[in-house]
Amino acid sequence: MSGQNPLLEVRHLRVEFPTRRGTLVALDDVSFTIAAGEVLGVVGESGAGKSMTGAAIIGLLEPPGRIAGGEIRLDGKRIDNLRYEDMRRIRGKDIGAIFQDPLTTLNPLYTVGRQLAETMTTHLPITPAEARKRAIGWLDLVGIPAAAQRIDSYPHEFSGGMRQRVVIALALCAEPRLIVADEPTTALDVSIQAQIIALLKSLAREKGTAMMLVTHDMGVIAETADRVAVMYAGRIAEIGPVRNVVKQASHPYTVGLMGSIPPLDRRVERLAQIDGAMPRLSAIPKGCAYNPRCPKSFARCAQDRPDLLPAGPTQAACWLYADGEGAKNV
Amino acid sequence: MFAFILSRVLQSLPVLFTVALISFAMFAYVGDPVAIMLGQDFTEAQRQALVKDLGLDQPFWVQFATFLGNAVQGEFGLSYRLSRPVADLIAERAPATLELALTAATLALLIGVPMGVYTGLYRNSWLSRFFLTFSLVGVSLPTFLIGILLILVFAVWLGVLPSFGRGDTVKIGWWSTGFLTWTGIKALILPSITLGLFQLTLIMRLVRAEMLEVLRVDYIKFARARGLPNRAVHFGHALKNTLVPVITIVGLQLGAIIAFAIVTETVFQWPGMGLLFIQSVNQADIPVMAAYLLLISALFVTINLIVDLLYYAVDPRLRIGRGQGAH
Ligand SMILES: Nc1ncnc2c1ncn2[C@@H]1O[C@H](COP(=O)(O)OP(=O)(O)OP(=O)(O)O)[C@@H](O)[C@H]1O
Ligand code: SF4
Ligand SMILES: [Mg+2]
Repeated sequence: MSGQNPLLEVRHLRVEFPTRRGTLVALDDVSFTIAAGEVLGVVGESGAGKSMTGAAIIGLLEPPGRIAGGEIRLDGKRIDNLRYEDMRRIRGKDIGAIFQDPLTTLNPLYTVGRQLAETMTTHLPITPAEARKRAIGWLDLVGIPAAAQRIDSYPHEFSGGMRQRVVIALALCAEPRLIVADEPTTALDVSIQAQIIALLKSLAREKGTAMMLVTHDMGVIAETADRVAVMYAGRIAEIGPVRNVVKQASHPYTVGLMGSIPPLDRRVERLAQIDGAMPRLSAIPKGCAYNPRCPKSFARCAQDRPDLLPAGPTQAACWLYADGEGAKNV
Repeated sequence: MFAFILSRVLQSLPVLFTVALISFAMFAYVGDPVAIMLGQDFTEAQRQALVKDLGLDQPFWVQFATFLGNAVQGEFGLSYRLSRPVADLIAERAPATLELALTAATLALLIGVPMGVYTGLYRNSWLSRFFLTFSLVGVSLPTFLIGILLILVFAVWLGVLPSFGRGDTVKIGWWSTGFLTWTGIKALILPSITLGLFQLTLIMRLVRAEMLEVLRVDYIKFARARGLPNRAVHFGHALKNTLVPVITIVGLQLGAIIAFAIVTETVFQWPGMGLLFIQSVNQADIPVMAAYLLLISALFVTINLIVDLLYYAVDPRLRIGRGQGAH
């Protein structure tokens, strides 16, 4: 971190959902940083809190969900407690977002050109004519053929893959420094997923944009991310450099995820299945949330909840590393 | 575009034909016009002459064809009750009904849509709760009761607005308008509120439901994630996406407003087509009833056509892909 503020700093983030049956804690003590230009991959089973983390960062948690603790800083300045209007100016301008399903993220009633231009004129001091020119440039940049002609087309006139390119252009067009991409390829045809990831990766690199990339695809993580955060039941189980997390994981849950990795010559396409299911938010066990499923579980695991502890090159929330040596004894 | 309009017009012909058949069937099977027109004292010769005159000695289909042919030319024969051409009677009464319906529909739209947007955006505010409670009144109270209550309060107790009639009207060609005189406008207020209240609350509830629905969809979340101002998100993106269902309902309701003006016109003794229709029903004045039914159905068909065209204007997905077919 070289003394400087990281671009994004999430500290002890806690997100709660008040319900009639009591308060659900969707995120608990989530802490991580993303440096300028860095790509942080986020993985974990469905319901682990990946999307929730992204929504909290862009300030669009769905009510009644709310940030109940901790803080989020962008360039050292808190953004989790801003008024709606102040946060709105940051969205799109400093933090862009890419959603999962390009078929539903574009407004069907407006041309892609209009949607691009309106995003740019909202955040940048440019005229509508200039915005239109830049919109064509962006469409071109994300690989839409004949961009100048396609600018006045409506979303339904594009294929799924092309629409996700448009979404990427929309997320990047005000030149944010951070992109929150929540499963940007899950809804796409397998054959075009790789192209979209490659595009995202090259654009992020070219523009120096940092990225929080949520995905289930370990192949994508291995190729794209600099670091990886593994989430489980609303917490971070392990976080560290991508090769360490993928190849020599410390946390038993990560080991389980990567565990059934087949022989080295085959790429890991999907997260492996682990016996049992992640607990519901209303029934998170005492102690380590993973302990009912953990093959290494021991007495302490059912009593106390572990925080992130140094575990070799990564950090893992697991009592196996309580001795502070970071010994890798899994 | 032209082909589309033409195909819609052709599609509506069977509807109009059926209504015409039903209207005409009334001639043949309801009441005995000859008896009505002749009164008590008549000779057999007079009766036969009248039967021949009215073409009642012809076979059913010939009579129907004649009826259709005349109807297309706006010719509906003589009113049994008033012995005047039905077309004249309708032309005299239509402006009153159309002005009333237009005012009611405009009120319903101009107040209903903003109230719907507001209650959709701020669904927990006390004002929204008030609007919703108020809308229950509009939906559940029968029209005649609302009319009578309004008359009681504003005409009887406060004495500020007239309880019946159109006030003074001004002739523009054959059209008589109440919009241009003070008494005419005052006379419009209570009837148009009575007539429009149900549609107002309906539109409000519809817009609210659609807004709540649309505000949850991904492209609204994405619009927020792009940092667009609330005004653009709510009105540019959300409201526009509620328009298709709203246009549908408003179109249908406009037809309903004109058709159901009957009750309001009766309560306020409003000299429109509805009142004419009720008076005709009382006296089995079949030509007027037939003409009225045909006119109303033609109106519904026209409104449906306009609604379809508005869909085209609002939703690009309907515009393209007809020729290309690919999606
Ligand atoms: N409105 C809500 N009320 C209560 N709990 C909610 C609500 N929305 C989400 N949750 C819960 O929050 C948790 C985190 O959800 P989140 O969408 O972040 O999961 P995810 O990791 O993105 O999963 P996926 O891989 O399926 O996208 C889930 O357990 C979910 O059930
Ligand atoms: S703390 Fe215990 S239960 Fe939790 S992952 Fe580590 S060993 Fe397993
Ligand atoms: Mg998710």
